[in-house]
Amino acid sequence: MHRYIIKRLIMLIPVLLGVAFIIFAIMNVAEGDPVYQVAGPDATEEQLDALREEMGLNGSLIQRYFRYIGNLLRGDLGTSYISRMDVMQLYLLRLPNTLRLASIAMVVAVIISVPLGIVAAVNQNSWKDTIAMVLALLGLSMPNFWLGLLLIILFSLKLGWFPSGGAEGVVSVVLPAVTVGVGLAALLTRTTRSSMLDVLRQDYLRTARAKGVSENNVVMHHALRNALIPIITIFGVQFSNVLGGSVLAETVFAWPGVGRLVVDAIDQRDIPTVTGALVMTTMLVTVVNLLVDIVYAYVDPRIKAQYTK
Amino acid sequence: MVKEDKEILNIEDLHVRFETEDGIVYAVNGINLKLGYKRTLGLVGETGAGKTTTALAMLRLVPDPPGVVECRKLEINGRDVRDISADELEQVRGKEISMIFQDPMTALNPVFTVGEQIAESIEIHEKCSKEDAMKKAGDMLELVGIPRQRANEYPHQFSGGMKQRVVIAIALACNPKLLIADEPTTALDVTIQAQVLELMTELKEKYDTSMIMITHDLGIVAEVCDDVAVMYSGRIVEQGSLEEVFGKTMHPYTEGLFNSLPNIKNRQAKLKPIHGLMPDPTEIPVGCPFAPRCNYATEACKKAIPELKCAGGTHLVACSAYERDPEFRIDRSKKNG
Repeated sequence: MHRYIIKRLIMLIPVLLGVAFIIFAIMNVAEGDPVYQVAGPDATEEQLDALREEMGLNGSLIQRYFRYIGNLLRGDLGTSYISRMDVMQLYLLRLPNTLRLASIAMVVAVIISVPLGIVAAVNQNSWKDTIAMVLALLGLSMPNFWLGLLLIILFSLKLGWFPSGGAEGVVSVVLPAVTVGVGLAALLTRTTRSSMLDVLRQDYLRTARAKGVSENNVVMHHALRNALIPIITIFGVQFSNVLGGSVLAETVFAWPGVGRLVVDAIDQRDIPTVTGALVMTTMLVTVVNLLVDIVYAYVDPRIKAQYTK
Repeated sequence: MVKEDKEILNIEDLHVRFETEDGIVYAVNGINLKLGYKRTLGLVGETGAGKTTTALAMLRLVPDPPGVVECRKLEINGRDVRDISADELEQVRGKEISMIFQDPMTALNPVFTVGEQIAESIEIHEKCSKEDAMKKAGDMLELVGIPRQRANEYPHQFSGGMKQRVVIAIALACNPKLLIADEPTTALDVTIQAQVLELMTELKEKYDTSMIMITHDLGIVAEVCDDVAVMYSGRIVEQGSLEEVFGKTMHPYTEGLFNSLPNIKNRQAKLKPIHGLMPDPTEIPVGCPFAPRCNYATEACKKAIPELKCAGGTHLVACSAYERDPEFRIDRSKKNG
């Protein structure tokens, strides 16, 4: 198992280099020469060349890419065109907010979806199932920002329980986390339900019942453990997504997260910030994927056996 | 516990139907079964005859919905289990009555070690610590011929025959009084079949367990059973001691089962399969359900469903030909004299 993890960590290096190259290349094609943007219309050709050198824009794409990777290894993501701040600093300033929002949103999603999905599956085709599925459909089709606005109206403006925006204090995360979490819970509920339905038909549950295992235990112990793999998969995908920032919720709640950092940077054509934030997000996502794969092994011994082969 | 009757199992008038969207499937239609202590009953019949459903009904494991179980009596070890609470039912399952399932490949939970799966039953019924249960699970594994060190392995690390041994170990972990074995050897290689059968009879002797052996293999029945009940289309058509049913076969369906067996002494002889198929279980037959496939059937057979009637000793048969003509004999019994 340890060897598998080490192998996977080593495999991360080419993946990250590749993804960084793609991001780098796209950002290169997408924009004209950013020097004009910084230097202004009156700059002479010499001034532009000097600026190009200063901004690290001289040389071919490949040369610049390797220069970028070299800097990246030293933790240097370049300087923002707009704020003139270190991009790594900018990113690290936002990252804790995003981590906080993402993890609490995932907790909210799991707390809602897993019990709901289980109840729906166990009572398939009953009214409980119908209610759960209607809720899931609602969660899937309801625009995220609209739910956010509704929550603000009720809990901030009417009741005054939570702030309507910003990331100050512990409670400020509640409304954005619920907003994001409810959206994620919809898909997770459906996944839990279908995965449980699949498992509930399995013969080994009958074996468990025949042993005298209580129905509760059959569902929560014998069935759920077997139903976890697809749930963890979707969980991992969703967690990766919110690590890249939840732009809509961050906008509605004025939440200073990575999502808005990237969107604002795109608006301002701040290429180093966009590239840097995307590369960092990629790193996080690959780490989450690795964690998901490791969790698989602990949930299902058959997968562990494959890893150790 | 003092009991007036000496049956481990007493079922009266068991009906099981499945109410599906496509119609009602009548799986079991009025079965009476009694089984004495330490005896082994062979429940025989082709696929779809309702054997497994009957067994599941005894454990109250028929999935509901869509299954509906009705019966007048369902006594296990002298206690009617029809209306007992979920808690009581959990105490009965695994302890009083337990079941070896047909397909060992799917009967074990892939995410728990075999030791855990055997120990779970012991933990539930003997109220002991996890360590003690695991220790006894190791004993059980050794009993079925698997080294106890393998208790920490998962089902996917075992072969089919080994898995079936684990399934047997689970079923026997708490020395149940009644063991139902649902085609325990069908999924296994022929070489393993004999081993598993031998193991089961050995353990049954050792623990004084009563057993119901569900099978379509008449060879197995001859080897391990004391009594035989032949099922067809959710009904018992012939029942009696092994000698009665095998020696003085009366029902044409039972005869058909025997004729489908290859005969080593006369290898030139063609097999005589029972032609046709079992009737559609979504329709309630008017006459004898076997009549359309029966070589002896007359118009009278299609008028009413024959009831099980005593044919001497403990031998019961559901065939109206004997009522109409006391001299009636099927070919097999003519040959046997």
